[in-house]
Amino acid sequence: MTAKVAYESVEVGTELPAQSFPVSRATLVQYAGASGDFNPIHWNEKFAREVGLPDVIAHGMFTMAEAIRVVTDWVGDPGAVVEYGVRFTKPVVVPNDDKGALIEVSAKVAALLDDKQVRVDLTAMSEGKKVLGMSRAVVRLG
Amino acid sequence: MALDQSFVGRIYPPTPPYEVGREKIREFAEAVGDTNPVYVDPEAAKALGHSDVIAPPTFVFSITFKAAGQVVQDPQLGLDYSRVVHGDQKFAYVRPVRAGDRLTVTSTIEGIKSLAGNDVLDIRGEVHDESGEHVVTAWTKLVARATEEA
Repeated sequence: MTAKVAYESVEVGTELPAQSFPVSRATLVQYAGASGDFNPIHWNEKFAREVGLPDVIAHGMFTMAEAIRVVTDWVGDPGAVVEYGVRFTKPVVVPNDDKGALIEVSAKVAALLDDKQVRVDLTAMSEGKKVLGMSRAVVRLG
Repeated sequence: MALDQSFVGRIYPPTPPYEVGREKIREFAEAVGDTNPVYVDPEAAKALGHSDVIAPPTFVFSITFKAAGQVVQDPQLGLDYSRVVHGDQKFAYVRPVRAGDRLTVTSTIEGIKSLAGNDVLDIRGEVHDESGEHVVTAWTKLVARATEEA
């Protein structure tokens, strides 16, 4: 593990560089193939509406994969992530248009732990709604 | 119908090994738009102290969730999968998953609750490599929404 951020350089409240991740229907089809999750709620709007959803929604695990990039891009080495957990609070609705959806992720250091580890709390929003809750990672810094 | 509490603590047999391939990692990294070279370039991975390319942190879910299928589809448990949504997900890593790993998953039912008519199922997946080394633990909370007439 070779994190490029030094433990001594951060404090509680240190903000990580925020990022926004666009999601289109094509993104979801590609993620379905890569992950093996072919649930039609992620690509078939007729099916999604029949089960009570407003439209096709992104895979929760896709959103989870995007959110942690704010942490892994910050530390450089994704192998420095020790723990990562989220609650799926609201779906990311992905309309079939030119824009799709946007997942906006911000994060800050919430606690300094032993062994050069820090806890980072993440916030993931789409269309003004919090799409992940209790979203936190523990990462080992350099 | 509420799930049978006596299933709490049930451990399912380890899955056959899943071999982690470099190209599968590349495919996953591209699908999430992540250009970190540590996922695709063995030299970049070695520069960070890894013996081969590593997988993005959530990659292992594809393996643990497939393993959780043993629980979800256990006819004795009787979960209605058509009503299931993913509630929470957590991972604790001993080390990153890397290309060449042959991973087995042992799934355990950690909890069964009934909340407002919803069945809440907590499954823990312990992931080990071929040498028996513990690699990562995945916790998955599944919620089977109450049927409308319930």
